[in-house]
Amino acid sequence: MKHTISVLVENKFGVLARIAGLFSARGYNISSLAVSETMDPSISYMTIVVDAKDENILEQIEKQLNKLIDVISVTDFTKKEHVERELILVKVDYSPKEKNKLEAVLKKYLAKLIKHGSGTAILEAVGEQQQIRQLLEELSRFEIKELIRTGKIAMA
Amino acid sequence: MTGAEILIECLKREGVELIFGYPGGQVLPLFDKLYDSDIKFILPRHEQAAAHAADGYARATGKVGVCIATSGPGATNLVTGIATAFMDSIPIVAITGQVKTFLIGNDAFQEADITGITRPITKHNFLVKDIKDLARTVREAFHIASTGRPGPVLIDLPADIQMQEADLIWPQEVNIRSYKPTYFGHPGQIKKAVKLIAQAKKPIIYAGGGVVSSGAHLELKELAERLNAPVTWTLMGIGGFPTTHKLSLGMLGMHGTAYANYAIMESDLIIAVGARFDDRVTGRLDSFAPYAKVIHIDIDPSSISKNVRVDIPIVGDARNILGQLLEELKKIPDTKEWLNAIEAWKKKHPLIYKKEDAKIKPQYVIEQIYDVTKGGAIITTEVGQHQMWAAQWYQYAYPRTFISSGGLGTMGFGFPASMGVKLGCPDKIVFDIAGDGSIQMNIQELATCVCNKINVKVAILNNGYLGMVRQWQELFYKKRYSHTCITGPDFVKLAESYGAAGIRVTKKEDVRSAIEKAISIDNVVFIDFQVEPEENVFPMVPAGQAINQIIGGLA
Repeated sequence: MKHTISVLVENKFGVLARIAGLFSARGYNISSLAVSETMDPSISYMTIVVDAKDENILEQIEKQLNKLIDVISVTDFTKKEHVERELILVKVDYSPKEKNKLEAVLKKYLAKLIKHGSGTAILEAVGEQQQIRQLLEELSRFEIKELIRTGKIAMA
Repeated sequence: MTGAEILIECLKREGVELIFGYPGGQVLPLFDKLYDSDIKFILPRHEQAAAHAADGYARATGKVGVCIATSGPGATNLVTGIATAFMDSIPIVAITGQVKTFLIGNDAFQEADITGITRPITKHNFLVKDIKDLARTVREAFHIASTGRPGPVLIDLPADIQMQEADLIWPQEVNIRSYKPTYFGHPGQIKKAVKLIAQAKKPIIYAGGGVVSSGAHLELKELAERLNAPVTWTLMGIGGFPTTHKLSLGMLGMHGTAYANYAIMESDLIIAVGARFDDRVTGRLDSFAPYAKVIHIDIDPSSISKNVRVDIPIVGDARNILGQLLEELKKIPDTKEWLNAIEAWKKKHPLIYKKEDAKIKPQYVIEQIYDVTKGGAIITTEVGQHQMWAAQWYQYAYPRTFISSGGLGTMGFGFPASMGVKLGCPDKIVFDIAGDGSIQMNIQELATCVCNKINVKVAILNNGYLGMVRQWQELFYKKRYSHTCITGPDFVKLAESYGAAGIRVTKKEDVRSAIEKAISIDNVVFIDFQVEPEENVFPMVPAGQAINQIIGGLA
């Protein structure tokens, strides 16, 4: 099962390597990872989505993260009410006659056309995983040339 | 002050009296200042030995051990020693030189990313990139190494920082917002544990290295005596409870006593104190202690419920928590029948070896070392059969008297570790019990011992094999002794060539007098005991089996 974990860490060099090393050394899998500075520049915020087979593994992941000296706190969002979002950029090819269809899809998902040239557009969308998945399904009828996702971020 | 001077002053303020280190290009500024320092400095003949010696010093004294190496190969040579300390939760601070800050990442001469390399084998590590951070870093390194679950910390110090000038700003207190170990058990958990203890009929105390490192041995003894509960221990827990005590079961697990293994399998309550249910202890996990509820006391939350399901976790320092338990204990279980059952197992399946044999049995050598030293020596070991025999056949009465690489199982640990032990405890007789394989892994330290008059005694149980691997090949690989037959030098001549003393023992009747003679010689002594070559360590539980599935060694 996928769990969304947030980790507050000291904003020092090498911290990301410590976190990544912990996961690789113990054979845990990171599905996505988003890192950024917080309002306090000495602290970074990581949102990690992990695939944990069972509760024991998840418990170990949390404990092992907490054990790292640079980790300030660990929260498993799966257990609490929270909002989560992901941002995607999609490059699609479309023919002129498909333009209206594309715009309809964008409108439906509150996605934005942020750049377009001859038959190619770069779209931006923000949403929950479910919405993003549906959007991508609908976009698949156009030709998706490139897709970039930020990974999930979450807030309680 | 220069960075090198700041470092040395900080080490002094941390109470460092002894450093093991090896010079090199990127620590030249530091070594130049060490030349004028009054901190005792020991130059081993290999950086790995510096790390093991610092580790041995820490294990024997409870203080933080310190080692220094240069960048690149000097630093990587420390790695095995750091990993050894990490697996056994030993507080050492390793200081490495690094290439100048502007060369880092440049593949400079003797550059290695040692903070990267040691990240998974240190409790924490630092690369000092600004001299202003140096004093605080040293302070934090010692704090992190010695508090909570202890462990090794590495400080990587570029050569230019060692030379820069700055004021020493000594932080009076260490305050790391993200590092606050828990020292006292949660009162609610203590109450639950007391309740569970009151209901037990077959309790057993399972003690690990945490008892030794937290100094909880007296509280442990009191708890055992108040509960009338038997005590078993891990390799790291040796010395945490007197072996000769009537409630002692000895070590459990793969080479534990049969009665310790039977007892834990039959128990209805395990009180685990500073132990981590390692695979060498539990054997096959799904059949381990099927009737037992588990109270697990450990300072490291991640050790709890990692391998074995725990009913009552109590996070904190073992000594504090045992104290809290002793205060709260009310109803004491009646363990008379339980102790009778254990007594019957002890009678039926004692630790044995064939004593009448005319050849020198390795177990006999260890018994004789115990007898001659009256249990007053500190024993270090290498890794292998001799290590298990040293765990089984010497009777330990006090903590910090058995110094061995438990978690990592590092061959070549015991001899350099014994140097640290002897320097930390100069009044003690220190015996490294070694095999002829292991001793050859750090044998160059003979020079260090002779040069610094570190008069340790090395008992080599010489069987011409890498014995533990040979034993597995005998039992599980149809006696196909693939590359386990090993030759060595003439240990007596070798010792003598270094200026040490050597004694060879080929007859059983000479064993005792050789030990007595070795102790009386005011020098490092190698005793080459030519022991029975194919003796096995028993009892034994094959890897992956339930720990009551014992082969061999049952009377």
